[in-house]
Amino acid sequence: MTFKRSALGLIAAAAIVAPTIGAAQAAQDGIYIPLLTYRTGPFADSGTPIANGLNDYFQLLNTRDGGINGVKLIVEECETGYKTDVGVECYERTKTKGAVVYNPYSTGITNAIIPKTPDDKIPVLSMGYGLTPAADGRVFPWVFNMPTTYWSQASVFVKYVAQQEGGFDKLKGKKIGLIHLDHPYGKEPIPTLQKLAGMYGFEFVTYPVPPKTMQDQRSTWEKIDDDAPDWLFMWGWGAMNPTAIKGAIDVDYPMDHFIGVWWSGNESDVRDSGKKAEGYLAGEFHGVGDDWPLFDEIRKYVIGKSPSQTPESMLGETLYNRGIMNAVIVAEAIRTAMGKFGNKVINGEEMRWGLENINLTAARLKELGLEGFTIPIRVSCEDHEGNHPVYLKRWDGSKWVKHSDWISPMRNVVRPLIEAEAKKLAEERHLPIRECK
Amino acid sequence: MIYREAGQFKTSYAADQAIFPILQDRIAVAIMMVVALVVIPMFGSDYFLEIIMINVLFFSLAAIGLNLLTGYTGQISLGTGGFMAVGAVSSYKMAILFPDLNIILIFLLSGLFAAAVGILFGLPSLRIKGFYLAVATLAAQFFLDWLFLRVDWFTNASTAIEGVPRSLFGVTITGPAATPVAKYYVALGFVLVFALIAKNLVRSQVGRAWMAIRDMDIAAEIIGIRPLRTKLLAFAISSFYCGIAGSLMLFLFYDSAEPDLFDINLSFKVLFMIIIGGLGSILGSFLGAAFIVTIPVILTNAPDLLGLPISSELAKHLEFMIFGALIIFFLIVEPHGLARLWQIAKEKLRQWPFPY
Amino acid sequence: MEAVGLDVLTWMVDFLSGLFVDPFFAVARRPDKLVQILIQGVSAGVMYSLIALGFVLIFKASGVFNFAQGIMVVFAGLSVVVLIEAGVPAILAIAGAVVVMIVMAFAIERLVLRPLVNQDGIILFMATIGLAFFLEGFGQIIFGADPKPVPVDALMIPDGKIKVLGGLLGKPVRIYELDLTAAGFGALMVAAIIVFLNRTKIGRALRAVADDNQAALSVGIPLRTIWVLVWSLAGIVAIFAGVMWGAQSQAGFSLAVLALKALPVLILGGFTSVPGAIIGGTIIGVGEKLGEFYWRGVMGDGVEQWLGYVIALIVLLVRPQGLFGEKIIERI
Repeated sequence: MTFKRSALGLIAAAAIVAPTIGAAQAAQDGIYIPLLTYRTGPFADSGTPIANGLNDYFQLLNTRDGGINGVKLIVEECETGYKTDVGVECYERTKTKGAVVYNPYSTGITNAIIPKTPDDKIPVLSMGYGLTPAADGRVFPWVFNMPTTYWSQASVFVKYVAQQEGGFDKLKGKKIGLIHLDHPYGKEPIPTLQKLAGMYGFEFVTYPVPPKTMQDQRSTWEKIDDDAPDWLFMWGWGAMNPTAIKGAIDVDYPMDHFIGVWWSGNESDVRDSGKKAEGYLAGEFHGVGDDWPLFDEIRKYVIGKSPSQTPESMLGETLYNRGIMNAVIVAEAIRTAMGKFGNKVINGEEMRWGLENINLTAARLKELGLEGFTIPIRVSCEDHEGNHPVYLKRWDGSKWVKHSDWISPMRNVVRPLIEAEAKKLAEERHLPIRECK
Repeated sequence: MIYREAGQFKTSYAADQAIFPILQDRIAVAIMMVVALVVIPMFGSDYFLEIIMINVLFFSLAAIGLNLLTGYTGQISLGTGGFMAVGAVSSYKMAILFPDLNIILIFLLSGLFAAAVGILFGLPSLRIKGFYLAVATLAAQFFLDWLFLRVDWFTNASTAIEGVPRSLFGVTITGPAATPVAKYYVALGFVLVFALIAKNLVRSQVGRAWMAIRDMDIAAEIIGIRPLRTKLLAFAISSFYCGIAGSLMLFLFYDSAEPDLFDINLSFKVLFMIIIGGLGSILGSFLGAAFIVTIPVILTNAPDLLGLPISSELAKHLEFMIFGALIIFFLIVEPHGLARLWQIAKEKLRQWPFPY
Repeated sequence: MEAVGLDVLTWMVDFLSGLFVDPFFAVARRPDKLVQILIQGVSAGVMYSLIALGFVLIFKASGVFNFAQGIMVVFAGLSVVVLIEAGVPAILAIAGAVVVMIVMAFAIERLVLRPLVNQDGIILFMATIGLAFFLEGFGQIIFGADPKPVPVDALMIPDGKIKVLGGLLGKPVRIYELDLTAAGFGALMVAAIIVFLNRTKIGRALRAVADDNQAALSVGIPLRTIWVLVWSLAGIVAIFAGVMWGAQSQAGFSLAVLALKALPVLILGGFTSVPGAIIGGTIIGVGEKLGEFYWRGVMGDGVEQWLGYVIALIVLLVRPQGLFGEKIIERI
């Protein structure tokens, strides 16, 4: 019993100490970047390469250049497990340490922290995910979803389908399906696709996959087989993706008519199915593979050196590259902010300015050792998305290859939808609308 | 010595029936009130107020609700998350539809909606008992999860429901712009009032009927307690508490939440609270909520505080392990919960420093 | 007011015809689909039964409602997969997983069950949830958090598909070899368990413990050995379930939630009945797949998330102890 008693005492002591946790520790000696990552839980498969990419690029800047313009970056991971409540706890814990930007990598967490950002004055960079209407910078000045959003991407997919079918007029009477995670993230593209269905006269069907049972999709694929949609889009994440690819193979759905969102296009999603998944398409907004000088630098300075946890084979994987791209945008925004506010530890407000005025040109990408890795990126006061193009890549049975050209989204359709939805949210939440000159 | 009730005589029935009949208890409660009402809001950091205190408060409310049903009436329910979702969604819906309605009234009404749903899903309890009932209440959980996800009307066709900003007496008390202190006071107010009501409820005829049903339903029926009415009343009141807890959770903590946040894990969390805290104890509900809320927070922060150089990933895994092990440990040490530990401590204090 | 009444009436008619009439038209249109869905339902039911079986064995012998069964399935499946990945031959990998599960059974008996002996059911239930948390953290440290593909080739599980009845139904019906394997091995396993319970000495001892553990103790049946035995047995069932579930997609920790699918099977079949788990699994599997497919028009997608529970609930209202559960006798 004595052991039990002393253990009880310890726990009681811990409970008393607990309230002291969370005291603000301002990071004075560097720019503090918290990363809400998930290397655990059902979505760890997708979360780990992203976390590694983000970490490695910041680590490279620190070890090779001594930070950005001489200011060190302090990077801290907070493990969310893709759970919203844990993400909120992470946010509250890290914001007092002088966080300059958040990259939540979960639409649920993004939604939960967006309302808090104006009061905390910390921007959110949800790169290609999150709340699409937040692309309206007048209503959501603190949220950035460059280079492009789900709605833009959905319009790109429809455009691609029209190209393949031989024109928008051929879409009439066609049937386009969407298999999606039944979660805020997966439901994001539905409004745009409904709108486009109305415009071009195609039939739009959804196939939701509940997150809890995403590894058992048999009934979903029977429905798809019954409806036989001409084209099928997928908004999936984590273990849903490989299961869906297997499902498509099971019912013999034509792979070259199956297009995944950029979050359903990782190597781990298709690798198990290998040759059988040949022809599967996915959206993308950055390069695939590791054919850039930057990756050699990462090999030289970062791989194998703590805290980096990246196995060398991960370099060039889709989601690893996405982490790199995210980190590049953050670093370039910090540089932009420093150009105006001086080479010092910047704060969230200055970071927001930096993100809004970012200008990632082709020349700059070349300097970074990433020539042609992605398209030049600019956003504006009212447009936090930037209307950037997307391309499609194709799984050739063993690796991803670039399949289509860069395709521009249908801005004339998407932008009014974004503005209308942003206006509705502004009214519901009593958000002020700022003027953009 | 410290805790001796000898010499405290009651001269009236009212004094005999007081909630805290012993002077020392009254002093302790008064000190706790001062701490809760003055000290914590004055000295607590934002993080402490938002992540720990507000969470503890609304979870206490949910735990009291579930305790009335499971601890006092003996009906195991795993539908708590679903009933909390009813509260959250209905308060969001009312706040959007009736912008002029007082927010406190909205919270109370959302509890009524949850109570109605609770009665509906409580009906099977008349025939089904024990674990069979527990699994049957899961039907409520999964059905409600599905309903709020599938029917757009509940969420206004957006992907998340929001705690819209509202103010009371000119102070913003909900939504992101409200200060943690304001939110804390709202949560505290609700919890104090409803804890008091619950405490009195279980001492009343209703509470005694519940306990009779719990201890042996057939015997209770024979002495004239109607099982139908008693059980359904327990379901209704329990869900009422859970519903309010759900709307507080949305309006005071998340600000914006997808409905599937109120999933089965939430049900388990609240059930944990009452079991760790103590079945059939209002105090236990508070202790259990505090325990379940603070342990993960302590564990997440521990590596940082102790300066342990472990990755966030390993820390998370260890957190799971320690949390699970702690639950088993507490169940082994004291299966009747923290409230029972407190009782034992009181016994000890009574004789301290000269135990016989 | 009248217009509203009419609206409601039309809606009701639409809804009811969607529930009870439209499905028959759908069947007439694609008879092959009905067969396909039935097959799918049965194979889903087999999978549910495999998990439910583990629950039943443990509940029967120790009265513990073992919520950790789901995570045990993951643990067992991953043990096999990781061992094969490490280059161990399939047979040895399975043997290794059996050892892992037996060690786990010993540890659980010593550290969790023994100190909690004679506690209320709900306390034991909670302890198994704590156990599930522990195993989830522990397992992710050992195996890594990422889901792993099950090496079906190494395990010699066929994963192709057969198309049958094409001539009769217009379109062929697919049968997956994976399902056939699961059903075949599942049947063997159930038969073995039934023989074990009814024909061997240990099996009889086990049933004696399930009936009345005080009486069993007093005639000299070692309670602890029996507990270790059933937990090991449940662990071995979990190996099979883990590999089969994993082969359908991937073996990973997200599979643990699928254990919730086994709960309606349990209440339908009765907590204490092995045949109940099998028949209950089939009823739930077929019922929810049919509902999901044919009620999609009126109810939307995802009906299968709760339909199993509703089916079980309806059965419970008639038979409160489930289809095959032991009759609950109340004594005053």
